[in-house]
Amino acid sequence: MRYSGLKVITEGLFGNKGWKPAWRNPEPKATYDAIIIGGGGHGLSTAYYLAKNYGLGNIAVLEKGYLGSGNIGRNTTIVRANYFIPGNSEFYSHSLKLWESLEGKLNYNVMHSQRGQVVLFHSDGQRDLAARRGNAIVNQGDDAEFMSREDLREEFPYLDYEQTRFPIYGGLMQRRAGTARHDAVAWGYARAADQLGVDLIQNCEVTGIDTEGGKVVGVQTTRGVIKAAKVGIVVAGRSSQVAAMAGMKLPIESHVMQAFVTEGLKPIIDSVISFGMGHFYISQSDKGGLVFGGDLDFYASYAARGNLPMLEHVMEAGMTLMPMIGRAKILRTWGGIMDMTPDGSPIIDKTHIDGLFLDAGWNYGGFKAVPASGWCMAHLMATGQRHEVAARFRLDRFRLGQIIDEEGTGSQHNLH
Amino acid sequence: MRIGGKGLIDRTKPVKFLFDGRAYGGYRGDTLASALLANDVRLMGRSFKYHRPRGVLTAGSEEPNALVEIIGTKNQTPNVRATVQEVFEGLNARSQNRWPSLRFDALGINDAVSPFLSAGFYYKTFMWPRAFWERIYEPLIRRAAGLGSLSGRHDEGLYEKAYAFCDLLVIGSGPTGLMAALTAARSGADVILADEEARLGGRVLADDIMVGGKPGSDWVAEVKAELTALPNVRIMTRTTVTGAYDHGTYGALERVGLHLRARANLPRECFWRIVAKRAILASGALERGIAFPMNDRPGIMMAGALRSYLNIYGVAPAKRVTIFANNDSARASARAMIKAGVTVAAIIDSRADAPMEDGTIVHAGAQVTTTRGRLALREITVRKGGEDILIETDCLGVSGGWNPTLHLTCHMNGRPSWCEERAAFVPQPGAVPGLFAAGAANGTFSTHGCLAAGHAAALAALSDLELRPASVMLPEAEDAPYRIAALWAVAGKGRAWLDLGNDVTTKDVALSAQENFSSVEHMKRYTTQGMAPDQGKSSNVAALAVLADATGRSIPETGTTTYRPPFVPVSIAALGAGGRGTGFAPQRFLTSDQASRDRGAPMIEAGLWYRPSYFPKPGEATWRESCDREVMMVRETVGVADVSTLGKIDIQGADAARFLDFVYSNMFSTLPVGRVRYGLMLREDGFVLDDGTTARLGEQRYLMTTTTAAAGLVMRHLDFVHQAFCADWQVRFISVTEAWAQFAVAGPQARVLLNSMLDEPVDLPFMGCAPLRIGGVEGRIFRISFSGEEGYEVAVPTRYGEALFRDLVARAETIGGGPYGMEALNVLRIEKGFITHAEIHGRVTAFDIGMNKMISAKKDCIGKAGALRPGLVGPEREQMVGLRVSGDKGLVAGAHLFTHGDAISRVASQGYVTSVCWSPMLNQWLGLGFLKNGRARHGEKVRLVDHMRDVDLICEVCDPVFHDPNGEKLRA
Amino acid sequence: MRLSCPLCGPRDRREFYYYGSDDYLNRPAPDAQPEAWDDYLHLRDNPAGELKDLWYHELGCGQWLRVTRNTVTHEVLQTELVADRKVIRR
Repeated sequence: MRYSGLKVITEGLFGNKGWKPAWRNPEPKATYDAIIIGGGGHGLSTAYYLAKNYGLGNIAVLEKGYLGSGNIGRNTTIVRANYFIPGNSEFYSHSLKLWESLEGKLNYNVMHSQRGQVVLFHSDGQRDLAARRGNAIVNQGDDAEFMSREDLREEFPYLDYEQTRFPIYGGLMQRRAGTARHDAVAWGYARAADQLGVDLIQNCEVTGIDTEGGKVVGVQTTRGVIKAAKVGIVVAGRSSQVAAMAGMKLPIESHVMQAFVTEGLKPIIDSVISFGMGHFYISQSDKGGLVFGGDLDFYASYAARGNLPMLEHVMEAGMTLMPMIGRAKILRTWGGIMDMTPDGSPIIDKTHIDGLFLDAGWNYGGFKAVPASGWCMAHLMATGQRHEVAARFRLDRFRLGQIIDEEGTGSQHNLH
Repeated sequence: MRIGGKGLIDRTKPVKFLFDGRAYGGYRGDTLASALLANDVRLMGRSFKYHRPRGVLTAGSEEPNALVEIIGTKNQTPNVRATVQEVFEGLNARSQNRWPSLRFDALGINDAVSPFLSAGFYYKTFMWPRAFWERIYEPLIRRAAGLGSLSGRHDEGLYEKAYAFCDLLVIGSGPTGLMAALTAARSGADVILADEEARLGGRVLADDIMVGGKPGSDWVAEVKAELTALPNVRIMTRTTVTGAYDHGTYGALERVGLHLRARANLPRECFWRIVAKRAILASGALERGIAFPMNDRPGIMMAGALRSYLNIYGVAPAKRVTIFANNDSARASARAMIKAGVTVAAIIDSRADAPMEDGTIVHAGAQVTTTRGRLALREITVRKGGEDILIETDCLGVSGGWNPTLHLTCHMNGRPSWCEERAAFVPQPGAVPGLFAAGAANGTFSTHGCLAAGHAAALAALSDLELRPASVMLPEAEDAPYRIAALWAVAGKGRAWLDLGNDVTTKDVALSAQENFSSVEHMKRYTTQGMAPDQGKSSNVAALAVLADATGRSIPETGTTTYRPPFVPVSIAALGAGGRGTGFAPQRFLTSDQASRDRGAPMIEAGLWYRPSYFPKPGEATWRESCDREVMMVRETVGVADVSTLGKIDIQGADAARFLDFVYSNMFSTLPVGRVRYGLMLREDGFVLDDGTTARLGEQRYLMTTTTAAAGLVMRHLDFVHQAFCADWQVRFISVTEAWAQFAVAGPQARVLLNSMLDEPVDLPFMGCAPLRIGGVEGRIFRISFSGEEGYEVAVPTRYGEALFRDLVARAETIGGGPYGMEALNVLRIEKGFITHAEIHGRVTAFDIGMNKMISAKKDCIGKAGALRPGLVGPEREQMVGLRVSGDKGLVAGAHLFTHGDAISRVASQGYVTSVCWSPMLNQWLGLGFLKNGRARHGEKVRLVDHMRDVDLICEVCDPVFHDPNGEKLRA
Repeated sequence: MRLSCPLCGPRDRREFYYYGSDDYLNRPAPDAQPEAWDDYLHLRDNPAGELKDLWYHELGCGQWLRVTRNTVTHEVLQTELVADRKVIRR
């Protein structure tokens, strides 16, 4: 079934009785060519691109809960390509390009909205770093521009330019950055993958990874044994547990990161705004809620919920930066489980087991990476070769010291 | 309309308020909703999606419909629940999400086209043409969506945050909470009793229950009086406990001043962090609706709310009331209405075996199948045994049963369990450690049951707290059983609302199941059920029952969505209280701060510190003029700068030398007493952590200096290394950063200046240190330089800092010198090729900055093994270089470097610039930067490109030391 | 969230700085193989359950604590001073 405005009208006229399931509920087959463990954004996009770009028809995605039950449905929905370390630059650049044509390709409105993102800076030193970043972005072929204090004042009159603890010097704006409707991304990929024949199997938890002679042969699940010669682990948030089934110890520590949404408000914040001196970034959803987040709670956790210190810190940052949001009320707070790596960058690589692949370590930047992550993981699983835009996301880079450290904080997982 | 003789409002205190510009009267103690109902105003809002007319549904914070904007003198507050906002003289409220007016809302058109706006319709359309999304479709959607509006003006209101600690936190002051608080308080426990309402009593007041043979309000007053008199009890009304967090921490929001006219020093709200050893959740239960067709009209409300309005506010919402229920509890509403003189047209009870009611028509086994009335309810249709009955009525009180208010028990990922008998979820015991749900919150609905449960919960808490319980008598009260036959939805023509806040109907839920969004989380996210301001408080359970039905599963199989904090929405301003303006981070001031300001120096942020940028002289128009002068002053005569922000750590003990050898890459055990050495510190992963000078003050005593930025980080690092790896070593250290004021005195006349102040002339070799007496004060002097000139740093106890600075500057000025600021300091260090955290930015190795030899081969140190990794050394790495160019066009930090002739691309980038300055001494632009294989490229012309500031020029790569490369001036 | 410092008693989480797993205590010998250093610096068991991790009472006594904690429930089972360990020679 193809979605369109016309279809919405014709279905509306006939009581919306004709809408078909967005995806099937298939029973798991005994054997697949490839299995993706994890039905989140990255797993679903991997499956989609395996089927779409490499013509693999016999694929299953195994999801222990419901599709999109992990961080794809718990993030602050920001899409951007403003990294500056080689390895990240080309990857996120590629991802942004995929975002720009995603709706047409998936026939699903993921509400990708290029509303722009500005990262504010508050000192000469921060300005120079922002310039270095902006230059790297432009060198990569993406867009970035400096905004002066006066430019900012015009576009974002409600920021506090006078009393704030750390004065606003200017900002680095990426106009092509923006937001998307997070759940819709999972659903769009799921529906498109399903239409290409991918079996999306929910409530199917992988409990073991079977290998023979250094090769993967299949997985044990709560719904029985399923065979496959290629298995991708795409379970950010639970990467360590699933990798342990294959005897692997990963360079990952799991942390909780909170996010927040207010009650619905009439449009007031048009772009994504990031504060450079505290952990605070904000946008307004199409529904009207202010969606914002901060940093990790900083302690290892699988609880998917946070505590007050970081929550209050984020609100204090909001009040110093844009005190006009003070009267908005926080409606809901939640937490996601982040795969934190020692350099803050992800892993898309082969493992020591033949046929077993790993897509993990998304830290808290996984949402915008969903298209390119799936694209590159599919390439890796189909060809056995690392995709050129993800070539540096190697598992052995830490041992070798070839790290991709945007924050410059070194091998302490929670500082990235 | 107001009912005489009923309610707890203060009829001696009339107040006037505005709603949508019209003046109304109410009484102190009224909420906006009760006062409007008293004035027969029933239309209070428009719905989110279809813009349907809506009236008030509830009498509490769970209200989904009656959300308004409160207009203040300087600002406005959106999405305020009319059921929570108390009226005060001059209160100005405005309806929201409507245009041009509440009675006529243009977007009401949405209602007419609702078939095309089914759940998730927007995922299926607006995709073509692509450019239209951002330009046309999305702006339209955004404008139509949202509820209230922010003004865009800074919130200048006063907000507070506070901590409180107690043995027992009692959440809710109904029969359960009062009994629990009384029992615990009499037994000597420190008790906090928090209630969301303005009055203690909860449903004792709302239902006008007899307790201990007297009217409930009397009993509440007695208990309140006793609790108030006890020193170990804190009563917090208007305080909603919003969240349960780890280890007995609870968040709570107190509405301190929202019910009063604004005053300058009156906080609006206070956010409390309450740490409680034990807590009792006595939050009661929330009534839920029934999804029958067209169940959203103004005048349709919760049956229990009818009792609240009558008994607390003395208001009847209508003249002719009908009740529709599936349980016994709503009968009390009918009786109360009749007693108050309101006509009860009928009781429609869906249960076939429903009991009869004296003097009232009861339609047993009947259901409401549709309603009529545009801006207010006029008539309903009841189906009974295949027959339709029309009933004229202007109010329908609905009860679909009661959901225990168990939200807090789920805040730490606890899942409630389904109780078939009560047709409700009940809390999972132990879901929040230390928190016990009791009474209606735990599914006990009779008053007697609640009193007993509150008492029992308090006894359990007292036992945990090891307190001996005092004797408390349980008062007598009704103990009626709770009889219910689940009824979630009524089939029929027309839409039946579940979530009134987000306009989610049973059809939407069915559609989500039809499209295989059949997990409860999928349904929620696809339909937006439960995501409105009320977070589905009165609709979630019914929605999942409808989903269970649509998917052929039971309710427990279907599961629930997660209740997350906060229990009620909390303003950002309250949670962020204190962050406004400069409150966001501490401010650190130098001892010379006032002296610098006295000289007109602009102070700039350096981490948490404020430091002088430059010291303008009359006639200097730009910072550059001042900076250039200060640089030349240091190079030619003498300059004074406050460098106290650098971290200082006093390290002592027999193993101090050994310890420094371990934390620094180079040797410190070989440093003679009275000498200073530059040290490089690595992180364990081999990258540069920090640098600085460390002086050996004695055989077993060193004074370490860190950079300003890394002072705390290094202290933490030293503590870790010591405690984790060599706790048995004889070494102790402490940060003395704030104990000393330290001033750099630099320039050819530095010694002259110092000698003019000191009893004995300075006689220190370069990198020497010695004790010092200055004006009778014991201090220290170090011969070190961050400028490349002969330089000293003089340290005195902090309390003498300002005096010394003023004296140094005054004397310097007599010989042509003076103070210099951060700008000049930066130029001086760039000219000399000294690094700061602009260079050692966390991705830089000793190899990169040409200091690989400082990693001593003779010993182990933190970071040594890490630094040997192949990725940390080698020609492909960017190495630190100097850059220079003559002429007007300046270098810019942040620019990238390219091999001359290469195309500009990421792949071609050869490096970047970290620091730049105009050198008034060399008359050219200087820079420090990192360039691939840079040390082998001195003399090469490279292209510098900065897209951000439109700079594109050719500059020369050179050694990073521009000034006095052999250090002759330093050692002068 | 609160932690009980063995020296200072129960304190708010705000007083503490978090480092990570107590693997950071097991510093390899200086001449250990790169794999051992990789393991030490980067690789983690990262259990969803009981974990020993390192906290610094930065706004208190300046002691590093080893905390035994459940990463799923956040229950704290034990806190001890890092410096009280039987010292492992570097």
